[in-house]
Amino acid sequence: MIFWRQMNFEGRAGLILLAILVLMALLAPLLAPGDPLAITGEPMLRPFTSGTHMLGTDRLGRDVLAGLLHGTRTTLLVAFSSAAVALIAGSIVGTLAGFLGGIADTVLMRITEAFQTVPGFLLALASISVTGPSVATLIFAISLGNWTQAARVTRAEVLSLRERDFVAAARTLGMRPLEIAFREILPNAFGPTASLAAISVAAAILIEAALSFLGFGDPNRVTWGSMIAEGRAVLRAAPYLSIVPGLALVITVLGIHLIGRGLSRTERLQP
Amino acid sequence: MPPFVSFFLRRLLGALPVLIVVLVGSFLLLEAASGDAVDSYVARSGAMDAEQMAQLRQEWGLDQGPLHRFRAYASALAQGDLGWSTAFERPVGSVIAERLPVTLLLMGIATALAFFLGSLLGVLAGARPGSFRDRFLSITSLALYAVPGFWLGLVLIVIFAVDLRWLPIGGIETVASGKSGLARIGDIAAHLVLPVASLAMVYMALYLRLMRDRMGEIWRDPFVRALEARGLSRRRIVWRHVARNAVLPVVTMLGLQAAAMLGGSVVVESVFAIPGFGRLAAEAVARRDTPLLLGVILCSAVTVIIANLLVDLAYGKLDPRVRAGR
Repeated sequence: MIFWRQMNFEGRAGLILLAILVLMALLAPLLAPGDPLAITGEPMLRPFTSGTHMLGTDRLGRDVLAGLLHGTRTTLLVAFSSAAVALIAGSIVGTLAGFLGGIADTVLMRITEAFQTVPGFLLALASISVTGPSVATLIFAISLGNWTQAARVTRAEVLSLRERDFVAAARTLGMRPLEIAFREILPNAFGPTASLAAISVAAAILIEAALSFLGFGDPNRVTWGSMIAEGRAVLRAAPYLSIVPGLALVITVLGIHLIGRGLSRTERLQP
Repeated sequence: MPPFVSFFLRRLLGALPVLIVVLVGSFLLLEAASGDAVDSYVARSGAMDAEQMAQLRQEWGLDQGPLHRFRAYASALAQGDLGWSTAFERPVGSVIAERLPVTLLLMGIATALAFFLGSLLGVLAGARPGSFRDRFLSITSLALYAVPGFWLGLVLIVIFAVDLRWLPIGGIETVASGKSGLARIGDIAAHLVLPVASLAMVYMALYLRLMRDRMGEIWRDPFVRALEARGLSRRRIVWRHVARNAVLPVVTMLGLQAAAMLGGSVVVESVFAIPGFGRLAAEAVARRDTPLLLGVILCSAVTVIIANLLVDLAYGKLDPRVRAGR
């Protein structure tokens, strides 16, 4: 566990939070078997009043704890996948722009700029309106507004690497340009880009929550955002129905930020 | 022509290629949608036979090919015409013009508040790195930075509108209150308190952290030693020298966050039922109004570009080195 030992207190706290969340996601089918969207009890049970519904039920009689546990799966799945897609796509664009230079660079950076000018949330909304909501389309929609920073950072790194001796050596060996770009330069330029991972995951969690809060999430899956929206209808009578899943969101995002800070302190990812 | 006007015009011209990419990109994206405005219109309004549908398609220009429609859209756009909103049955331009001021007001106040409070608290934290005050503010801002604005809005509604009844629960002003002048301004201000707070909180935390971290770096700079050696008071060093240098990245961040804040206003306006530009975006998607959505995307791009321009102008005021190179 070199990783753990190099982390400071903040980073470790974040790792513990994330580990708990991953456990919740993995054990959700065991701890709360069955469909979390199924009606399992009396509606609007208060938390801690019933033995079978620890955190109570919502206005339709669905178990809040089951929703919370299964919601962890959706949140983590969508957030980590879309951050990965965004970082990979961004570093490919950045590598191409930085390595090819000239017109290709100008065009790619104009496109990047255009994506930065339109709010990421709006892009995600527009994309969902075209594709319809499902886990796969959500991952794509969220990464649309999330890849630009990775592209910029990778490009800057590639520009500083491409005149180095090892690139010249690769060229003398007769490697093709694209081979050099992706087999030699990209792996060396990826470090600073990877340090964006925490920010990307946190942003993806918040966008996914906001989308499903507005009703543009996957209708067949329970998410924290949709639980908050569901609780909003009875905000006066049962505010905890909205507050509890929101707290889960805050804790998750906080954990990710803590890990990000732990990583940037140790600078493991920044050679 | 005064220099800042020519600077402004040059920058707007420079942004034109980016706007064209936005236009083409969003047109292509929305082109991929299955079902068109007529389908959604029929789904909403009920029965309509195939002939009527074909007629409506012709009326809205949907019977033409995509290239033809793009050319028609672009040439209308060049004359300032954003097309026809099928959901509102009015020109897109007039719908947006009606909605945009509310959102600009909301964002303007939220940005100003986040910037002043955030950098002020950042100075308090960064004045003595490692002190109790610094640790307390750092931890608080880290927690606040993780709070989704729309959820914060709901919590604030529960506390201040439902329980305490201090502030209105939503909307932008009391409906048919007959208020005018100062009373109306006061009414709107009361309606804006909670939405501004839920939009600004995250950015306040962000600017606090940025300011604090940057100040921590500047303290290690030799020029601070020199100032201390010259016998300047600590207060003067903190405010006139360290804070002034540390505020520059915060100002840069203001521009970078303009797009994110505009996106955040979509959800916050939905929570507080504010008839603004952000909510218009969600309505356009929900009602499958493609021309409106296209108009919203273009207008938000223009808004973000202008916001960045203003930030650059402010930056030049704060940092003489930039002005010289302009």
